[in-house]
Amino acid sequence: MDWQAISLTARLAALVSVILLVISLPLAHWLTFSRRRWTFFVESIVSLPLVLPPTVLGFYLLMAMGTRSPVGRWWTEWTGHPLAFTFEGLVLASVLYSLPFAVQPVAAAFAQIDPSLREASATLGASGFRTFTRVTLPLSIEGVVAGLVLSFAHTVGEFGVVLMVGGNLPGITRTVSISIYDHVQALEYQRANQTALVLLAFSTLVLMAVYGLRRRPWAAAPIA
Amino acid sequence: MGSGADRMTLGVSVTKRLGDGFTLDVALVAPPGITMLFGASGSGKTTLLRCIAGLARPDTGRIAIGDRVLFDANESVNVPVQERHVGYVFQQAALFPHMSLRENIEYGLTRLSADERAQRVSRTAESFRIAALLDRRPAQVSGGERQRAALARALVTEPSLLLLDEPLSALDHSIQSHIMDDLRRANDARRIPMIYVTHSHREVYALGQQAVVIDRGSVIARGTPHEVLDRPAQSALANLAGFENVFAAVVVERRERAGTMECRIDGTATELEVPLNGSSAGTPIRIAIRAGDILVGNEEPRGLSARNVLHGQLVELTANGPTMVAVVDAGARFIVHLTPTGVEALHLTPGDHVWLIVKTYSCRIVAD
Repeated sequence: MDWQAISLTARLAALVSVILLVISLPLAHWLTFSRRRWTFFVESIVSLPLVLPPTVLGFYLLMAMGTRSPVGRWWTEWTGHPLAFTFEGLVLASVLYSLPFAVQPVAAAFAQIDPSLREASATLGASGFRTFTRVTLPLSIEGVVAGLVLSFAHTVGEFGVVLMVGGNLPGITRTVSISIYDHVQALEYQRANQTALVLLAFSTLVLMAVYGLRRRPWAAAPIA
Repeated sequence: MGSGADRMTLGVSVTKRLGDGFTLDVALVAPPGITMLFGASGSGKTTLLRCIAGLARPDTGRIAIGDRVLFDANESVNVPVQERHVGYVFQQAALFPHMSLRENIEYGLTRLSADERAQRVSRTAESFRIAALLDRRPAQVSGGERQRAALARALVTEPSLLLLDEPLSALDHSIQSHIMDDLRRANDARRIPMIYVTHSHREVYALGQQAVVIDRGSVIARGTPHEVLDRPAQSALANLAGFENVFAAVVVERRERAGTMECRIDGTATELEVPLNGSSAGTPIRIAIRAGDILVGNEEPRGLSARNVLHGQLVELTANGPTMVAVVDAGARFIVHLTPTGVEALHLTPGDHVWLIVKTYSCRIVAD
């Protein structure tokens, strides 16, 4: 069992989920409740990772992180080392890659709330922020938890983006899925199987948690 | 009207294009007391309420309480909902389902000390008879109790205006009258304008001091409930106002000395004597009669002062709550409301021959 890879993956996924939670609450709120016409544009961008091959996303991220791009240069000047093939680079890539898995369940939960509840809150003098914390958030907590769990699980399971952006540096960018790939390449099927089983069990548990939370049998997909 | 009442009076004059191709264009003044906003569904009355609350934005116009301007298109004033200090009661109560009734009622009381807040909540809950239910969730109380909690939640903040959007339409009749009592008491206790949207003429009679009738976005009548509903000027309004029978007819003969005129219902030989108005013989008119104003006999009545005695056949008899609704074919089809005991006393069954008795002054002449 590759404990180093497992602990790295857990750290990565936890950090990414927390960052995604912070991003997805305001983003989902804006996408659900804004009356602007171009929300569809942002929605499409956010959902891109659902349809894009991970290698495409990884490729552009790699380009963006290189010292020839402004972002890459700025990061290198600020921190003293390039972003590609580092843990930070992996976090950034994973956040973008898992964004739809965090935003969509939260947005779906927001959209389910009876609009008159938020209106009632406003007529009772509550600011937009108070309406959010006292009404919108408590009533969509299932969706928020689902988003958190799904972004954690999706980050654990990513492969293509990690390979493109992070490479395969033990303890830095070598996640569980990369480690399995490595073992298979080295014909160590026994070790690959051990790690794969852990991932399989974990994913099953996560999905059971998500579907159990919804208490609705066979919803079409965990993200809807 | 004293200056005190002026300071509390709501003045609205707005226009807003609605999706269905017509424009809401309404001017109204609501002094302290209950103003009934009456109209069919889709007439624009809820949109008007939402404009006043700040939940919808008018295209043009001005909304003010006394000299406090809430909206003015020319001055680009649009006070946000949460700063308008306007109470709003929704059709389905819209209580927060994850909070107890107490937490719901406390929700708008953020600026008070805990002591003061608790006092106000219990006082208000007391007056709406839900004090014993404060620790329950909305799902654990009845529909009527939910609506009373919603009223308490809106009024506990002491708003300068209360807006009610068909708050009783989802409730049973008996519960409705209890809540109307609560509302009347609330209205006596605090002198603020209350705008009450409804499509039920029962509620207009029971609650209103003033009634404003809206049809397709415009005010078509205003006055006391009796002025507006007993002499409906338009046939659209007559239907709404509980005049179940509206007939197209033509004036046959004017009887100036009797103060009446004889009219024939279109397409029939049925004649009705109605109060005299300015129409000359041959003029088409519309006659509206309340189903509850028609008497039914199972033999031909004699020695009556009523001029209109029509022979017909009972076509249909159905129960609608405590009311029996009869359809009688007397040339034209009349809808008649009876009590169950009345039906029993006359042994009425469909197919029976009956006589309808209609007083001249129960016939109202309405415009198209």
